[in-house]
Amino acid sequence: MQQKIDEMKPVLLKEIQMAASLTALEDIRVKTLGKSGSITSLMKELGSLSLEEKKKAGQLLNTLKTEIAEAIEKQKETLALKEMNEKLESEKVDVTLPIRPDTHSGRIHPVSQVIEEMLTIFAQMGFDLAEGPDVEDDWHNFEALNIPPSHPARQMQATFFMENTEDKILRTQTSGVQIRTMENKKPPIKIVAPGRTYRRDYDMTHTPMFHQIEGLVIDTKTNLANLKTTLFEFMKLFFETDDVSLRFRTAYFPFTEPSFEVDVGCSRENGEFKIKSGAGWIELLGCGMVHPNVLRNCGLDPDVYQGFAFGCGIDRFAMLKYGIPDLRSFFDADMRWIKHYGFLPLDIPNIMSGLSLNAGGKR
Amino acid sequence: MKVSLTALKTYLDTNATPQEIADKLTSIGLEVEEIIDKASDLKDFIIGEIKSVDHHPNADKLHILSVFTGSETLQIVCGAPNVRVGMKSVLARPGNLIPHYNEKLEKGVIRGVESCGMLCSERELNLSDNHEGIIDLETDLPAGTSILEYYKPDVIFDVNVTPNRGDCFGIKGIARDLYAAGIGTLIPQEIKPIKGTFISPIHVRIEDPDCPQFVGRYIKGVKNGSSPEWMQRFLINAGLRPISALVDITNYLNIAECRPLHVFDADKLTGDITVRKAKEGEKLDALDEKEYTLTPEMTVIADDKGAQSIAGVMGGTPTGCTSETVNVFLESAYFTPMSVAKTGRLLNAESDSRTRFERGIDPDSQVSGNERATQLILDICGGEASEIIIAGSEPDWHHTIEFDFGLVKKICGIDLPKEECVGILEKLGFTVNGNTLSVPSWRSNDVKQSADIIEEIIRIHGTDDLPYEPLRGAGLPVSILLPHQKREASVRRALAGKGLNQAITWSFMDSKLAKYFDSKGIKISNPIASDLDEMRPSLIPNLLSAVKRNQDRGIKDVQLFEVGPEFYSYTPNEQRLVAAGVRAGNITPRHFLETQRSVDVFDAKADALAGLTAADAPQNLQVQAKAPSWYHPGKSGSFCLGKNVVAVFGEIHPMILKIFGIKTPVSAFEIYLDNIPHQRAKGKSQKLLKLSPLMPLTRDFAFVVDESVEAGKIVSAIQSADKEKITDISVFDVYQGDKLPSGKKSIAVQVTIWPYEKTMTDQEIEILCTQIVNLVHKSTGAELRA
Repeated sequence: MQQKIDEMKPVLLKEIQMAASLTALEDIRVKTLGKSGSITSLMKELGSLSLEEKKKAGQLLNTLKTEIAEAIEKQKETLALKEMNEKLESEKVDVTLPIRPDTHSGRIHPVSQVIEEMLTIFAQMGFDLAEGPDVEDDWHNFEALNIPPSHPARQMQATFFMENTEDKILRTQTSGVQIRTMENKKPPIKIVAPGRTYRRDYDMTHTPMFHQIEGLVIDTKTNLANLKTTLFEFMKLFFETDDVSLRFRTAYFPFTEPSFEVDVGCSRENGEFKIKSGAGWIELLGCGMVHPNVLRNCGLDPDVYQGFAFGCGIDRFAMLKYGIPDLRSFFDADMRWIKHYGFLPLDIPNIMSGLSLNAGGKR
Repeated sequence: MKVSLTALKTYLDTNATPQEIADKLTSIGLEVEEIIDKASDLKDFIIGEIKSVDHHPNADKLHILSVFTGSETLQIVCGAPNVRVGMKSVLARPGNLIPHYNEKLEKGVIRGVESCGMLCSERELNLSDNHEGIIDLETDLPAGTSILEYYKPDVIFDVNVTPNRGDCFGIKGIARDLYAAGIGTLIPQEIKPIKGTFISPIHVRIEDPDCPQFVGRYIKGVKNGSSPEWMQRFLINAGLRPISALVDITNYLNIAECRPLHVFDADKLTGDITVRKAKEGEKLDALDEKEYTLTPEMTVIADDKGAQSIAGVMGGTPTGCTSETVNVFLESAYFTPMSVAKTGRLLNAESDSRTRFERGIDPDSQVSGNERATQLILDICGGEASEIIIAGSEPDWHHTIEFDFGLVKKICGIDLPKEECVGILEKLGFTVNGNTLSVPSWRSNDVKQSADIIEEIIRIHGTDDLPYEPLRGAGLPVSILLPHQKREASVRRALAGKGLNQAITWSFMDSKLAKYFDSKGIKISNPIASDLDEMRPSLIPNLLSAVKRNQDRGIKDVQLFEVGPEFYSYTPNEQRLVAAGVRAGNITPRHFLETQRSVDVFDAKADALAGLTAADAPQNLQVQAKAPSWYHPGKSGSFCLGKNVVAVFGEIHPMILKIFGIKTPVSAFEIYLDNIPHQRAKGKSQKLLKLSPLMPLTRDFAFVVDESVEAGKIVSAIQSADKEKITDISVFDVYQGDKLPSGKKSIAVQVTIWPYEKTMTDQEIEILCTQIVNLVHKSTGAELRA
């Protein structure tokens, strides 16, 4: 028996190793371990042996049987793997082919984005958000703002007039919201009001519709130093740089006194605009202490109440911060423009992660 | 306003540099928009003298010149027709930057002859547009002299004077502000009253309260030649053309001292002068060569024949001065700002005089202005002056302000010593007596109350040293958006998340298109363009125009949305906020994995629903097959809460597409944000989630119904069978065709049933299914498909 096993084993193991397919392997299994397989036949022969021989040969045969079974199992795994690999190889695709079209990547217009950036800052400073109508009356847009009909400032702002009305116009500035707020609420007042504004102007740098944001603080003590500090902090946060310098130039607006135009330090190198101190100036906004006549017009006593107001062009801030060259393109709805200058829907300005990705929006 | 340094220095003694002056002016409210420094352009050029002129051997029109530079003689090829021996002109040498071309001159060879310089035309130096020939200097200055010696170019400040500062429309006023701000000292202007030698033969009568005072004088025997060089230079620098001595004198005083004047040719006046309102239809040929038809709202200076001058705006040609003028009548009057502004506006007539009168000139300058002008006329034109005539009296401009100096700290937040404040005010011309301030006549138009005084002090002091005082509310910042504002922001993000791109289009549009969009005719009377003349009644038309623009640029598939107002009234606040969007062309670009299809009503419905969800609209919205007329009547619908329509959606009507010239289908939606009710404030905590431990099961049903039956009805009937256990109902097939009788359709539905407490027995499932079929049958007449 020993001899038989010694002769069989290497031959069988070799045969198993050589088996090239699962079918061939199955044949070997049947030939050896099957009902009439060679090892099974040897097992049957055990009955004719003596007890002692039987025990010894039985052990040998069992070992052989296990070894062969294991070898078959092992080869089976190898072959299965090989077969799968071959199958997978045959399934190979061209991964340079494009992905499915992305239909969920719309963009937010820079004006909306910048309004949200501004509101994020003013929220931190404790301002409320106020709104006013686009079609405005003469009182709120001019008269209450200390701009009587003969005032030369009326000619400074080319006004759209509504047909068939005495005094309805398209608001030339968001300042009317100041009046509406003061008429409806007792101080302390602390609001910002962004919105559409309209002037009869259309060229390289003017569009008949544009956006302004207005700020108004009224209480019994807010002063010019507060105004300057507020604007300084706002500029630093908005432009996301500490290198901000402001220049206050005395100006004239009928609704504030004293009035200022505010320039911010900037540089233009190789066509790239940058907020930084010491290089040059660019005009950014108008502001001042609310004129006593305006307070009176809203029923507030200027001997008791005081405060500041400011107003600035949102489109202009967007152009400066994000390097957008042409104002007219803002309102053209060119898909290429919106996709290029617009913001991803999840790009929401907030205090936690900052106003814009990469602090300045380079994408 | 253009102010030359030389002119400024006749009123202000200062050594400050032009830059220092400009910076200070800008800081105190007289913004310098530009410093024009011609000297820097011209500083390298010298006078060259032509010593010889020879013909160019190779070109008929060119000459070869030898030009003396004062130290050497250069050979120059020149094409100008006006060259001659002995002529002095402006010489540019190699290396000089030629202002007009902004290029450096190089030595060259012209048609084979070397040329070592260039003689310049006025245009080449940006002096004028003249390029007829080279400049003929006609000067005694020797060759080699810097051209600056000849031109004496001035530094000119282009100052933007704000409308409240009438006084700074005179150089004298600008000088005073600079002085107050610490630049230089004022040069006193002495005005000597001129004793007349006779009584004016022309008398003045005022009949119009808009002219409180008229100061006149007759001057006889004048000679109206050209004005002296210094005055011409002054006027040219101020942007005016010298005309004749008399006219130049009035223009000079207008610009220098903000004192508008007028000089009549006295021999052309008939009878006396009356200041009165114009008669209806009265006509005047004015000095700007236009004929004006006047109305009774306008003040005129008239003689016996009629109006001869439009008060404060413009004189008339018939009585204007010419070179033959011998006797003149000088007018120095005060007209109220309102009346001049109104006349100017009604006539649409601009003049330097109007600019000053309507902003308010010094009401105390009629007599002094007349004296100044008389003196200049006598000095320059000779003649003999009459006694001065004063009709009316100067308007009452005197007023005082009780000023609490503590207000400077209260309003500006900075502690300024009282002495500094008083010093500033006194330099500006105020008289300070304790807390009582007397306003100078030239500021009486704009300084009226304490706030005006604070402005004067802080603008001159400057804001550089204001303390750093942040404005902080108490406590930590909280959200500042009201619920509807939050909703607008989240709708915007949600729609962008659906792949729509946010546009901002005009609030106005073409009324010819608006009529297709339920226009309420809210029109602008002076639109910027005739096709932007109506406030939009819907956001859709502007978005459709945007689709068309994009498609014309080669972008066929367009996805846009906008959140903004639509208008239905002239009354402020009667506008509503709408979120609207459009998709045009195909829903996705061509792709190997996707079947291409056009946008359709269900894309619009999905977009609308995404917006409504982001707006936190109630769950129980009903869908109705009704939409405005610009939608496809069969492929559109609306989301409603009873009668309240919160959104509409659908494919755009083919006729509308045709009007806009759009050739692809367009799906669109409009969400009326203001119509969505705010959900009643509930706590922040969510309803407790109950997860079933059991497995769900699904059953499919195919119902055959009349083709008019809406799927929504079937779905709600199924839901009513068991509101808890039926967790999902999905319509997975809609069939209409040969296999069904005509007028019928089949709707296949998968119903998910999810038991919570115990597994359902077959019998229980069977009962529920039967109930479903019965309920659907009852509600729609549906039969199960065989």
